Amino acid sequence: MPLVTQEEVQRVARLARLTLTTQEAEAMTEHFTKVLTYVETLNTLPTDTIAPFTHAVTGPTPLRADRVTNAPDENLLRTAPATDATFFKVPKIIE
Amino acid sequence: MDLFQLTIHEATHLLRQRAIRALDLTQAVLARIRATDLALQSYLTVCVDEAEAQAALADQQLRTPDSAPPLCGIPIAIKDVILTKGVRSTAGSRMLADFVPPYDAAVIQRLKEAGAIIIGKVNCDEFAMGSSNENSAFAPTRNPWDVNRVPGGSSGGSAAAVAAHQALASLGTDTGGSIRLPAAFCGVTGMKPTYGRVSRYGVVAYASSLDQVGPVTKDVRDCALLLQTIAGHDPKDSTSVNLPVPDYQATLTRGVRGLRIGIPKEYFVEGMQPEVESAVRESIAALTALGAEAVPISLPHTAYAVATYYIIATAEASSNLARYDGVRYGYRAPQSDGLNSMYERSRADGFGAEVKRRILLGTYVLSAGYYDAYYLKAQKVRTLIRQDFLHALHSCDLIATPVAPTTAFALGDKVTDPLTMYLSDIFTIAVNLAGLPGISIPCGFDTQGLPIGLQLIGKPFDEATLLRTAYSYEQQTTWHTRKPPL
Repeated sequence: MPLVTQEEVQRVARLARLTLTTQEAEAMTEHFTKVLTYVETLNTLPTDTIAPFTHAVTGPTPLRADRVTNAPDENLLRTAPATDATFFKVPKIIE
Repeated sequence: MDLFQLTIHEATHLLRQRAIRALDLTQAVLARIRATDLALQSYLTVCVDEAEAQAALADQQLRTPDSAPPLCGIPIAIKDVILTKGVRSTAGSRMLADFVPPYDAAVIQRLKEAGAIIIGKVNCDEFAMGSSNENSAFAPTRNPWDVNRVPGGSSGGSAAAVAAHQALASLGTDTGGSIRLPAAFCGVTGMKPTYGRVSRYGVVAYASSLDQVGPVTKDVRDCALLLQTIAGHDPKDSTSVNLPVPDYQATLTRGVRGLRIGIPKEYFVEGMQPEVESAVRESIAALTALGAEAVPISLPHTAYAVATYYIIATAEASSNLARYDGVRYGYRAPQSDGLNSMYERSRADGFGAEVKRRILLGTYVLSAGYYDAYYLKAQKVRTLIRQDFLHALHSCDLIATPVAPTTAFALGDKVTDPLTMYLSDIFTIAVNLAGLPGISIPCGFDTQGLPIGLQLIGKPFDEATLLRTAYSYEQQTTWHTRKPPL
C-alpha cells in the first residue's frame, strides 16, 4: 500500500496554493491512500514498449499569425475582484 | 398537450406553421420551471426577461418562416460551465458565484445564430467534477423520477431539466461520462461527440484532453438537430478538427440493416443490477431483429480505465484550475496577509471538497519523483485503451454497452466514499480516454420505475451511425415518451 503521510499531503497543498485544515489534511491523506492503492492496478500491466498517449486527434499543430485581432476590453476588468484604473490590483508583493 | 412537453422538432414544425407562438412556448417553459424547480433545483439562473425578449423577436422572424433560422424560438438550458455573455456562469462553484462572463462560448454563439433562446443556466457538479450533482456548491439537483435520488452528474441539471420538461433541450459537457450518465439516470438522450467535433472555446476547462460539449434532448432526432448546430471547426479551439459535418438528419432513417454491433464481454460484469443487464441485452436483440448483427468483441483493458482516468483527469484539473487565483476573476478572500496568503485563502474558501481532492491528487501525480510512476504510466495505459477500441472497431461498426451498472442511486449514498462514486463511471470513462463518440438512450425501466440507459460507442467522427442506430431503436420503443411523475 502506498504510504502517504499528512506532511506529504500538506507539501502538495502548498504546491497547489491551497491551505488545508488539520481535519481536511487527515481526510485527504486517507483519500490519497485509497486512490493510490486503487491505481496500483496499472502496475500489473507491462508498458515498457508502449508509447504514451499524446493527442486523440493527430495532425499538425494549428498555427496562426501573431496579430492582435481584438481591442482591449474593459469588460474583462469588471470581472476582477480589485482593480485600479486599467490594472488588476493585488496585495503587496514586496515589503 | 402542454407546450413545454414538445420536442425541438415538434415545436419547430408548429412554430413555422404559426400554430403556436414562440412567446407562448417560452412562457410555458418558464411556468413549468416555476412549478417544478423548488423540488428539482435544476436551475441556477433563469433568464426570464432575456428569454421573453428573444421569444418576441423570434415571433417576428417566424412571420417569414422560410428565412427564420433553424432553432428559431426554441428554449434551451445551458450547463453552467458554458459561458454566456452577460449571464452569470458559476460552474457550480462558489469560486465563480458572481462571475458574469464578458463573452459567449462558441457553442452559445452558434445556438444564438440558429435562433435558439437561452432559457437559463443549469446546475452541475462543481467544475463538472462528480457523478451525482451532489458536488454543486449551491444545491443538489434531484432526479425527476424520484426526488430522493440523484440525477447523475456532472450534467445533472441538464438531464433533470430535459426529463422534467423544464427546457426543450440542454447542452452539457462530458469528461468521463458527465452527459451520458445523467441522461441514463433521467431517461433522456445524451451524446458526447468525438473529441474535436465541438469547440470548447468559452467552456470552463476541467480536463482538456477529455472534455467535450454535447446535447441532452428528449429524443434522438432532437439530438441530431442540436449536434448539427454546435458541431464544426472553430479556429479558437486548437483541438477542434476541420472536418465536414455531415447532415445528421438525412441519414437518421436509413435503418440498421447490415450494421455490425460489437458487444464487449468486459461490459457485462458481475455486480451489475440484473434489470440493467436484461434491458441492455433486450435492446441489442431489438436491433438485431431490425437487421443489425451482434458480434462478440473484447476490450481487454477496460478494468484499467477508471484508474487511468483519475490520474490523467486530476493532473489536467490541477493545471487548469491554477487560474483561479483571486486576481483576474472569481472569488478573493477578504482578509489576507500578502500575495501567497491571498491565493491560498481564496482557493481554500472558493473550492469545494471534491475539487480540492482532485487538484491535490493531480498536483501529486505530476510532482517531482511521482510523474513517471503515475502520470506517464497512465498515458501509456491510455494508449492501450484507445488501441482496444480502434482494433475492435475494425470488426464492427459500433459498440453497444450499458451506460452504468445501476439505475439512479439515492442522495447521500456515495458522498462519503469518493472512490465508490468514481466507479459509477466505469462504462463511460474509457470512451473519453479513447476520444470516441458515445450516446446514451433510454432502453427500459427497473421495477422501481427508474430509467435504464443503452450506450452506443462509435468510430471517431462517426456520430451519424450512432444517431441512426439510436433512432432505429427509438422508433420501436416508447421509453423516451414516458413522463416522470411531477
